[in-house]
Amino acid sequence: MPQKAVAGRSGEGVRSDCRVIFESAETGGITIALTSKVASMYGRLTEELASRVLESLGVVHASLTIDDSGALPFVIAARIECAVRRSGVAVSGTHLPPAGPGYGAATEKTRMRRSRLYLPGNEPKFFVNAAFHEPDAVILDLEDSVAPQEKDAARVVVRNALRALDFGRAERMVRINQLPVGLDDLDWIVPCNVHVVLIPKCESADQVKAVDERIAEIRQREAIENPVYLMPIMESALGAIRAFDVASATENVIALAVGLEDYTADIGTQRTLEGRESFWARSQVVNAARAAGVQPIDTVFSDVGDMDGLRASVLEAKALGFDGKGCIHPRQIAVIHEAFAPADAEVERAKKIVLAFEEAEAAGLGVVSLGTKMIDPPVVKRALRTVELAEKTGKLSGGWREDNR
Amino acid sequence: MASPTMVENAAGRPVPAEINGEAAAPFEGVGRHRPKKRKAAPSVAVCADYPSDGNKVVAHMKEALERAGLRDGMTISTHHHFRNGDLVANAVFDAAAALGVKDLRWFPSASFPCHAPIIDHLESGVVHHIEGSMNGPLGDYCTRGKMRGMGVLRSHGGRYQAVQDGEVHIDIAVIAAPTADPFGNANGVSGPSACGLLGFALADSEYAHKVIVATDNLIAFPCIPWQIQGNHVDHVVVMDRVGDPSKIVSGTTRITKSPDRLLIAELTARFVRDSGIMKEGFSFQAGAGGTSLAFAIYLAEMMRAAGVKARFVRGGSNKYLVDMLDEGLTDYILDGQTFDLDGVESMRHNPRHQNTSPFTSYNYHGKGNFASMVDAVVLGATEVDVNFNANVVTHSDGRLLHGIGGWQNCLFSKCTILPIPSFRDRIPVIVDEVTTLCGPGELIDVVVTERGIAINPRRADLIDAVKGSGLPLRPIEEIRDEVFVLCGGPPAPPERGDRVVAAIKWVDGTVIDCVRQVGK
Repeated sequence: MPQKAVAGRSGEGVRSDCRVIFESAETGGITIALTSKVASMYGRLTEELASRVLESLGVVHASLTIDDSGALPFVIAARIECAVRRSGVAVSGTHLPPAGPGYGAATEKTRMRRSRLYLPGNEPKFFVNAAFHEPDAVILDLEDSVAPQEKDAARVVVRNALRALDFGRAERMVRINQLPVGLDDLDWIVPCNVHVVLIPKCESADQVKAVDERIAEIRQREAIENPVYLMPIMESALGAIRAFDVASATENVIALAVGLEDYTADIGTQRTLEGRESFWARSQVVNAARAAGVQPIDTVFSDVGDMDGLRASVLEAKALGFDGKGCIHPRQIAVIHEAFAPADAEVERAKKIVLAFEEAEAAGLGVVSLGTKMIDPPVVKRALRTVELAEKTGKLSGGWREDNR
Repeated sequence: MASPTMVENAAGRPVPAEINGEAAAPFEGVGRHRPKKRKAAPSVAVCADYPSDGNKVVAHMKEALERAGLRDGMTISTHHHFRNGDLVANAVFDAAAALGVKDLRWFPSASFPCHAPIIDHLESGVVHHIEGSMNGPLGDYCTRGKMRGMGVLRSHGGRYQAVQDGEVHIDIAVIAAPTADPFGNANGVSGPSACGLLGFALADSEYAHKVIVATDNLIAFPCIPWQIQGNHVDHVVVMDRVGDPSKIVSGTTRITKSPDRLLIAELTARFVRDSGIMKEGFSFQAGAGGTSLAFAIYLAEMMRAAGVKARFVRGGSNKYLVDMLDEGLTDYILDGQTFDLDGVESMRHNPRHQNTSPFTSYNYHGKGNFASMVDAVVLGATEVDVNFNANVVTHSDGRLLHGIGGWQNCLFSKCTILPIPSFRDRIPVIVDEVTTLCGPGELIDVVVTERGIAINPRRADLIDAVKGSGLPLRPIEEIRDEVFVLCGGPPAPPERGDRVVAAIKWVDGTVIDCVRQVGK
């Protein structure tokens, strides 16, 4: 019995994707029928790629129909692999695209995570240029932005993207599905240089540990040296209650995020612009994260047309103690970074305090004073963080100390 | 169509030495071609031959064409101030077909998808070939080698030059006029079909043997302002409608929503600011196209923040430029065509919104023109090569896609910037060699992509000017290579036939490149 399956998209309005129909056969080798809007430029390369993918998967006899609207090779390979797997034929391997530029670099535990850009996992055309909008992180999402019947397709696309694409200075994050499905997602992504795994709707330390253990297994099996960090997302009353347990579940947790759409539904209310209903949960997440020594990260702002609303929302998050904000559109990134940057007056005051602190330290004094006023240690700590942020965001040049002495 | 003899021009491109039976000079290099002759001129008219009461109205288009002496093989011109909403060109050739006339040369200032019905007239022999920018169905028809004659694509300035040179003699010009009087005075700013200005028809009104004004708003003499002077006009025809002005907002004149294009637009504006071009009293031009429009919005924001005002802005005017004028961010708009109804409205009411023509803005045979005086121009392109040569007329597969418009003429600006994506779908935009050469690299200064900004190495001054600005500057080759990796390798060259289906003229009338047949 020939086994047949379809993957991907084509037709009116579809760009940079392709639709693949795979049909297994008993004999006759491989036949490929390609129609493509870039046939004259890339027809031959596409047919060669299709053959290689089938070979990697161990398929010997089959027909493949590809309707291509200008998909990049990593997408074509993903659609073919998905169609083959969906057909149910025995598969004896997998097809990994060649590693792209910058592949293999590790992340830093305490790097800035002001903005994280969500990219729907089955929409590869949005991935390709994401880094040029300079988010601190990109999130290839396998969870809510992917339709249930496309989960398998998104896994392959996201894995191929992690291999092939250069995300520049952006940290490479993947949001897996809610457990237990999410644990199987890890097999696809952990071997491909993922930096941070986001655990959605997280409600217990055990869930975090389960993810951490599965990652450890995969890292050992695949001899992966780079660490893979975790960012659990609190999206329920129970999750919020247990926030500290979650944040301190393993040392690989680097940040704790809050997701308010599900949270507000869970506590039986609706999300409002002023957000009084979620004040406790947000504050709880900030406190739990700080107590565990990880970064507190706020929810997304979902009205992409309202830049003033976004700015106000980020300033509020910053005032509550958050270090970062989620975004769903690249144009939100600059607004977020601008709002998280310390205000000029804040930087000026912090500079004076830091200088006074460093002078006191050099003189071996236990007490820091500015003029006649004594400065408490927490104020010094905050000033150090402000100066660090100002340096990282280019508000302060490295040589500011010289200019201010 | 017999294959013409090919010669290599100064850009190294093989081009036809003959176009539709007449000798054509190959491109000699920028600013080299200097014809030594007198301008062409229409025959002397005698006012005694025209009605002394000034009433030149005839019953319909057919009668006007008959009276103008329409016969086989003539050159008929129309204009594109209605862009995709033009109703006159189709009416003209329907009338010509009804009169049984054959082998006409259509000489439009541009054609649009709304002119697809002309294909029937090409098939039936009424129209022999088209000399003018072709896109959409007509571009496809021409590319597939179906037109009997060779297409000729010219810039707006090049069209004026061709008429002045006598390279193209217009037998009958038909000018669509939103308002006209019986004498033939006409304008585009008033009437129910107001579309802005009639600048593209200016050369035709002055140089054509016969001039017909077609209007759907005939008013009593005098029609003021008279953008077209009735003293050039032979006949006036009243039609139900000459055009649909709502369609001047077509395709390329809407602001982009794509985050990548917005990023490119923002980088372009930052370049103009950080290079020091954006200073008190400067000038710029942004073409049609979503990215160019977004650029103007970002630049306006930066001008506001810096407290800087422009002396003039060149349009293609639209709502965004009009807002800048109204806000005082620029003293003047010098407008070549209106891209939306806000532009039309502003031109009607605001004396600082000045209509211009290809003569003032672009003409190679003028004693100077405005294009070279503009501090920065922002233009589109379908391809750019690593030597900064650019293509604006064909797709990478060799098919005609766009007209030249004022694009070639604008390259003479003090700083020409092309904000373009580094690839579209799987089509690299930065390539080793452009499919069709429309603009020589020596005139293209900056290419802005989402992957970074490449400055032409010839412009050491610009490279210096943006040092330390934090702009993502990169060699153009690096961007090309990055995209080739993404696309799985360099693209195979287009499969093109030998047959030349269209010639691409440079602004001076020489042939800079040609388009070969693709497909059947």
